Amino acid sequence: MALPKYTETRYRIWHYFYIAICTFVFIFLIAPLFVIFPLSFNAEEFLVFSEGMKNLDPDAFSLRWYKDMVYGTKNPWGLAAKNSFIIAIFATLGSVILGTVAALGLSSRHMPFKGIIMATLISPMIVPLIISGVAIFFFMAKAGLAATHTGIVLAHIILGTPFVVITVTATLSGFDHSVTRAAASLGSNPVNTFMKVTLPLILPGVISGGLFAFVTSFDEVVVVLFLAGLENTTIPIQMWTGLREQLSPTILAVATCLIVLSTLILISAELLRRRSERLRGINR
Amino acid sequence: MSSETKQILTTDGIPLEISLKKAERKNKIKAFLLVAPLLLFLIITYIFPIGEMFTRSIDDKMITNMLPKTFKSMETWDGKDLPSEEVFASFLSDFKILVDKKEHGKLAQRLNKEKNGFNTITKKLFRQVKRNKIDETQSIKEQIMKVHKRWRNVEYWQAIKRTAPPYTSAKYLKAMDMYLNEDNKITQVSEDRRIHRILWLRTVEVAFFVTVFCFLMGYPIAHLLATLPMKYSNLLMICVLLPFWTSLLVRTASWMILLQQQGVVNDFFVMIGLVSDDNRPEMMYNKVGTYVAMTQILLPFMVLPLYSVMKTISPSLMRAGKSLGGTPFIAFWKVYFPLTIPGIGAGCLLVFILAIGYYITPALVGGASGTLISNQIAYHMKTTLDWSFASAMGLMLLGGVLVIYWLYNKLVGVDNIKLG
Repeated sequence: MALPKYTETRYRIWHYFYIAICTFVFIFLIAPLFVIFPLSFNAEEFLVFSEGMKNLDPDAFSLRWYKDMVYGTKNPWGLAAKNSFIIAIFATLGSVILGTVAALGLSSRHMPFKGIIMATLISPMIVPLIISGVAIFFFMAKAGLAATHTGIVLAHIILGTPFVVITVTATLSGFDHSVTRAAASLGSNPVNTFMKVTLPLILPGVISGGLFAFVTSFDEVVVVLFLAGLENTTIPIQMWTGLREQLSPTILAVATCLIVLSTLILISAELLRRRSERLRGINR
Repeated sequence: MSSETKQILTTDGIPLEISLKKAERKNKIKAFLLVAPLLLFLIITYIFPIGEMFTRSIDDKMITNMLPKTFKSMETWDGKDLPSEEVFASFLSDFKILVDKKEHGKLAQRLNKEKNGFNTITKKLFRQVKRNKIDETQSIKEQIMKVHKRWRNVEYWQAIKRTAPPYTSAKYLKAMDMYLNEDNKITQVSEDRRIHRILWLRTVEVAFFVTVFCFLMGYPIAHLLATLPMKYSNLLMICVLLPFWTSLLVRTASWMILLQQQGVVNDFFVMIGLVSDDNRPEMMYNKVGTYVAMTQILLPFMVLPLYSVMKTISPSLMRAGKSLGGTPFIAFWKVYFPLTIPGIGAGCLLVFILAIGYYITPALVGGASGTLISNQIAYHMKTTLDWSFASAMGLMLLGGVLVIYWLYNKLVGVDNIKLG
């Protein structure tokens, strides 16, 4: 971004102004995530930086809130984490299977009513969550699935499939269909062709769609608030309750863990995206 | 197609065209069968329930089913003077059935919503019926009228008649702070009770300004990301993608910490001398908090579509613009900016749609002046249990979103949705 020597002063000023704005926006985006880190190691109960922390006094830091998160009495986080993972894993599996199969059909050039069907399939992503929440609650209440794990898993499959459909259709758009024809001409049946030829090629897209579905389920709170009973509490619900009642440092410890988790997911998503682009022959 | 091409036969002796059509149909069915499981699943669990929200929001069958004979006999009543003996008699017989089923309380409640004062007089009538005080061999009209003076008031009978249709638009009118008055005219509620219209306006206002802020902040950094060399831009991209993948509640929590009165932002303001230490501004539980937190949370949705569009714009275009005599500003405005419009459209509408249905962040950092229409929907779903009202408001919101989505589709096309 170095400026050529002949740049006029006003453009020079404008350029530095532009860099300053960008720096500010990047700080605005990323800084909030980093406030949580140090505060979660706070030895005190207050959610402000103590004098000791500002002076980097080692006594001002402790793992006390992490201990509280894991061992705390009457602590909801264990149950919440267990529920969150179970629900997210099953919801991801459901979304990936239904979404991938649907994406295969959608990318066939023989598919009738493509536009309207695509719109229906991705509608849970466009409709505001609160409305989806109301509608899904009505269905689950009628089906007797409110306040059950099954109900929440089904709800999250609804919300997660659009991501899988979109990522897998995008992957399939660069897919060379002659390889499946080649497999068929060599005597492979469609299921075998899918498992041995198509799936390995579109796997990066499938997995990154799955990651989206996982995060959607793992982070989802609006619909769960309508559906969950005491038994089905999840991490987002506990965070929501905690944030509404009282901001405790334990929440920050949980939040730190979640940031670490999302960093891991980000890294895998990025790696997958690059691999997928390499496989599809998009060189950058 | 000419007639000669139609004559071509396959080896089985079937005309080629028919054979191809058959194969085509088979392929269509195959493709459809792949989509069918998900489509069916969504229709049953999602699309139908949204339709059910509609029937729920206009449903008023409860009272129609409670007073079937009354409404039947009321059909011939002109609604000006007190109704005839026949109406009174059928009302009493309907009422007796309700008393047997112990549903007279529900009736009183529903009628009281239509016109205040029904609770008392229904209770009085109930006591008379329970004690078998009403002699059916004599004029029932006279006897009911004696129960309470309001039964002699024609306005109450008009109110009953108004509840006759099985469908009502009352919930939708209520969401716009309006109601149907005695003459079936749409009237506004008194000024001090108009709460919903403020919420609608505030929702649109917040969504609009959040979109504007996201655009103003997202455009420069998307431009920087698209023009920097790959090794730097990949690093900076993490600043956009990490918040994108991080839990919404985590981000809201961090804003709650930053914006509180003893929080980092206020500390910083005090440090640079913007405000005095004992006069720290309140930045949370009001609109400021809602704006700041929502802008940061939705910013990645603006940056990503902008970035993917800007990435495709060749830098030589700007150079060409400059070499043809444009200043950098003119080159940007006349060449670069118009090319980014698809990205701007996608980003803005995506952020606007997400912002207009926002619920969690406003509920946590918004306080009373930061609540939006979604908070109201959740409140009626969970606290007052007025599900039909929540459905009505939800569908109005959905209607707005669909209009915006339709615009989005016209301007940019659905296929341009990009995720990361």
